[in-house]
Amino acid sequence: MDKAPVTPARKLTDAEARLAEIFATQLSAGAPQTAKLRAAAFDAFSKRGLPNRRDEAWRYTDLRALLRDVKPLAAPPDESAKQSARNAAVLADVTARRVVFVGGYFVPELSDLSDLEKGLSVMSLSEALAKGDAATTAQIGNVGEVDDPAFALNTAFMGEGVVIRVGAGVCVDRPIQLVFVASAQPATYFLRSLVIVEKGARATLIESFEGDTTQEYHVNAATEVVLEEVASLERLKISREGAAAMHVSTFVAALAADAQLSDFGFNLGGALLRNQSFINISGQRAHAALRGANILKGKEHADATLFLDHAAERSESKALFKSVLDDTSQAVFQGKILVRPGAQKTDARMMARTLLLSEGAQANCKPELEIFADDVQCAHGSTVGALDENLIFYLMARGIPQAEAEALLTEAFVGEVIDAVENRSVREALTTLVSERLRTRQ
Amino acid sequence: MTALLEIRDLKAEIAGKQILNGYDLTVNAGEVHAIMGPNGSGKSTLSYVLSGRPGYKITEGQALLAGADLSQMSVDERAAAGLFLAFQYPLEVPGVATMTFLRAALNAQRKKRGEEEMSSPDLIKRVKELAKILDMDMEMLRRPVNVGFSGGEKKRAETLQMMLLEPKLCILDETDSGLDIDALKVVSYGVNQLRSKDRGIVVITHYQRLLDYITPDVVHVQSAGRIVRTGGKELALELEETGYARYQSEAA
Repeated sequence: MDKAPVTPARKLTDAEARLAEIFATQLSAGAPQTAKLRAAAFDAFSKRGLPNRRDEAWRYTDLRALLRDVKPLAAPPDESAKQSARNAAVLADVTARRVVFVGGYFVPELSDLSDLEKGLSVMSLSEALAKGDAATTAQIGNVGEVDDPAFALNTAFMGEGVVIRVGAGVCVDRPIQLVFVASAQPATYFLRSLVIVEKGARATLIESFEGDTTQEYHVNAATEVVLEEVASLERLKISREGAAAMHVSTFVAALAADAQLSDFGFNLGGALLRNQSFINISGQRAHAALRGANILKGKEHADATLFLDHAAERSESKALFKSVLDDTSQAVFQGKILVRPGAQKTDARMMARTLLLSEGAQANCKPELEIFADDVQCAHGSTVGALDENLIFYLMARGIPQAEAEALLTEAFVGEVIDAVENRSVREALTTLVSERLRTRQ
Repeated sequence: MTALLEIRDLKAEIAGKQILNGYDLTVNAGEVHAIMGPNGSGKSTLSYVLSGRPGYKITEGQALLAGADLSQMSVDERAAAGLFLAFQYPLEVPGVATMTFLRAALNAQRKKRGEEEMSSPDLIKRVKELAKILDMDMEMLRRPVNVGFSGGEKKRAETLQMMLLEPKLCILDETDSGLDIDALKVVSYGVNQLRSKDRGIVVITHYQRLLDYITPDVVHVQSAGRIVRTGGKELALELEETGYARYQSEAA
């Protein structure tokens, strides 16, 4: 008998070795199902290791090279950290039900979970896992088939987040905002949320990440969303992380028939930002609108990687991603549309547009279509360009200084994705965030 | 008294090609000048050189606005100093709301001059008044700047900007091109409202028609990048009769 070929074991990077050590010593606790899930996930992660440029999905964001060491798992926040979190600024003026996490820990006294709308339930993830909540353990990690090392790592280490359930037919008008504030120490945060929007229900979810610190910290966040039939969710994710922060985030959504998802990921700061989305459209006539915007400067790097899986007839997806890149910042857009056999009349469109404000900035766009049905409409495109000099001249000829003219035109460029946000006060707050960010240009 | 606009032996080029060849022009406050000339004589170039469009380079001579050397100022500084160019082809600015644009322009100019900014309610009130004078629908002004406007609507919008910004020197570059007679009347009415003893107006045009509505004090003929003849308003009528042929041959 031939001997099976033996792959020589790759030497683990320091970061991988450290992750294994932390996993072995700190994460054996929890309900049995959870422990099992974590172990399987860590096993899956270990087989592949940290993703690197040889993984097609991580080609432009080599996490293995970038993650040189692993910061310790965050310790509970002290009073001063909680105090400073009171100044969390992202969308502070929007009327929303806030659920606040400081340094990766749920802070009930800063959160508003009183008078929940009828049919809405919000529970902290740690609580749901500790008591072995059946609905949670059944769904978590199960919303879609995602073969990705960063997501596996999140499942293995998931610490805190929320489990939200919107009951059938319930319409929750007030947006629910998950506020994640990093503390001032170097730390690693594993945040995980599960959102179930039952049949015909409707809600708005905001996830904001901010860190007012120059310390290096690492965020690995994941949100799984189940949209049952005719359910609707508008989700906004805003990352305004500290200058040295690394932020990797996974979004998994499953859409049943006639479900509607509107997702907007907005990157406004952080050394490395990755938003990866896995959208599984398994219901007929379901509709997914996916938008993203990056406003980057310095050496910031943002990666939006999108996987759209159309598995049902007459479903639609519209993706529009815009990047504004200054200095030597970089943006990556990878989008893959898969149309499975039988998913006839699929209408899928994907567009990435980049505005380069400096010669040193860089954009990488990689669309992919994989189509196994013969009656579909799929389109993709990308553009990269600079501001129109004729328009700058026109604005300046009216007395508007060059920097302001450029800011106005850049706002207009980003505006297209923001204008699509349904909630008006959120839309206005986002416009203000853009404006502030652009006017801090050097 | 210092002239409002004083151009002395101005030479200017674009992409290495000399377009203005020793240009002389003096406009005093209170005067309306018309500059007429055949296509390709550098009429638009003059307006771009004065407003500071990138690519247009002064190689010799001077252009002074109320005694200040325009070549030493950025485009926005020239505007704040009181120079307004009404574009031959006003640009569409997708995504920038007209009101945002007007507010940014007016208040940037005021700030640069050390004046107080205009409040939003005052601005809206003023824009409404001007829209009425120019027979413009306020709905149009809720759209992004010039987006989807017809040629005539764009020229009305330019005139509205000019009336709002109250410049010292207005340069109208072929404002009559693409205008029907109703729009021409309305735009001319707006321009005539701006005639004052403190302001100068330079109307650049190919045809005499506009001058039926905006009566000039002085008419110049421009050919091959300089003024070749200057006269009163009757010169415009003469040109209508004789055409530009003799000026073109003179230049050649």
